Amino acid sequence: MANFVDQIFIRAKQLLLAPIIGHAPDWLVQIASSLLNIFALLAVFLTLFALISVLERKILGRMQNRYGPNRVGPFGLFQPIADGIKMLIKEDVVPARADKVVHFLAPILIAATAILALGVIPYGRNMTPFSIDGGILFFFAVGSTTELAVFMAGWGSNNKFSMLGAMRAIAQMISYELPLIITVLPVVMIVGALNPDAIVTAQAGYKIDIIPRWFVLTPWGAAGFILFFVSGLVESNRTPFDVPEGESEIVAGHMTEYSGFKYATFFMAEYIGMFAISGLGVTLFLGGWHAPMRFLEFVPSYMWFFAKLSILLFVYIWLRGTLPRTRVDQIMNFAWKFMLPMSFTCLIAAAVWHYTGRGLRGWLWSFVVLAAVYTALSILLDTRRKFATRVYRFAE
Amino acid sequence: MNTAAFVVIAVFTLAAALAAATNPNLMHAALSFALAFVGVAAFYFFLGAEFVGLVQVFVYIGAVAVLVVFTILLTRREGEKHRGVNWSGVLIAIAVFAGLAWAIVKTPSMSITPPQIAPLTVKRIGEALMTDYPWPLMGAGLLLTVALLGALILAMEDKRE
Repeated sequence: MANFVDQIFIRAKQLLLAPIIGHAPDWLVQIASSLLNIFALLAVFLTLFALISVLERKILGRMQNRYGPNRVGPFGLFQPIADGIKMLIKEDVVPARADKVVHFLAPILIAATAILALGVIPYGRNMTPFSIDGGILFFFAVGSTTELAVFMAGWGSNNKFSMLGAMRAIAQMISYELPLIITVLPVVMIVGALNPDAIVTAQAGYKIDIIPRWFVLTPWGAAGFILFFVSGLVESNRTPFDVPEGESEIVAGHMTEYSGFKYATFFMAEYIGMFAISGLGVTLFLGGWHAPMRFLEFVPSYMWFFAKLSILLFVYIWLRGTLPRTRVDQIMNFAWKFMLPMSFTCLIAAAVWHYTGRGLRGWLWSFVVLAAVYTALSILLDTRRKFATRVYRFAE
Repeated sequence: MNTAAFVVIAVFTLAAALAAATNPNLMHAALSFALAFVGVAAFYFFLGAEFVGLVQVFVYIGAVAVLVVFTILLTRREGEKHRGVNWSGVLIAIAVFAGLAWAIVKTPSMSITPPQIAPLTVKRIGEALMTDYPWPLMGAGLLLTVALLGALILAMEDKRE
């Protein structure tokens, strides 16, 4: 029974494909199968986008001691439908001096790349939409195209705010792509494969029957996960790293000259990118679709994946509700002086972990390596010197 | 089926390359150039060289195209002038094309039917690089490190002034 529920979507797909298997040529079946995958992906993640857009406002409202949207439908749950209709019927304004073609193509390209990245993530047992050998590489290859799309948006708008915002966005994306990819390397190195399915399989099983073999529970994995998560925050332009946008300085950055449905497309791409990077984080460090306890394995695998994804998304919203924004120079300094050395240390710590037997001894040794480098870095960078001690002149 | 896919990809790539070479708008030309890279990547996928295709997208669209576009942005003069024909460029292009064409035509493997080989997985490429060709790999790594350090030195503020 549990197995049936676990594989219910695979069965459904087989059932849908059954009428044409054997009658149509192979390539047609393949195309039909791919189309079904794409349809399922879009349906799930666009629904999730609608849900998260209202939940984010609700949670932020809760944190800031106010009601979120609560007018449309029960608890304001139909808010995304109202927003969607509003966006669709808004006038689409294109600046007269804009580069029309580039201006038009930028939101399409940015949404396409964001959605493409979702295709290689394993959502459950046998539930990888497109299982390709270099899946992780595909994810980042597609992700790197986003920079070009952001540039097209900034340049095509022919607006100073747009161009400056695009420059900021691209600068921070390029800087953080480095730690993002280097923190993925230890996982790839330990598993010995670039295939997301193989990475999930490597995290199956339990140590001493209780502790899951997720990479986040090793020192290098924990450090790598934190670095990955912070880089992911920057890549998806979320608070506290949302400098490409700022009402008081550069309006909406590269999205300044977009209105109506094109703006909504940018908005959607940003959220889909957030889902993709969180999904990859779940796959790489949090055990993918594996259950945290053996006795919980009867719960379908995809439920676990989406439970972990929701927790990560909640942390994204939580950070947005609590942290102030950083400045551009702070972001860059942080990337090159802290994130990059730490992610290289993760690589070394993972190697130490592997060669000292992957057990308790390896755990301790890799922890020592990480702790030593972290301490050295904090002394070397001397973060305290930059800030004077706070003096209260009037409120003694 | 295969021939049709080949023709579609070839026409796409050549059209994008032609647009890159002839488009008077420099930025449009650069973006067409990126599109031609996509076509080349599609070719690699089509030939089963998945890794090379992915690296093509990663490096050429994610890095080279962005670099080209930024170069245009930072060096663009006031009042965009239409590009004239650069004859030395044409000469170099013809020379490169002739050299490549000569090498391809002279290659004996062109007439041989491809043997059945195991799919070229990323794992096999990695093993080959780490066991049979460690020196080229290290050379590339050294070159990239030098480039990174050089970029850092160029961008570093001069404290003495």
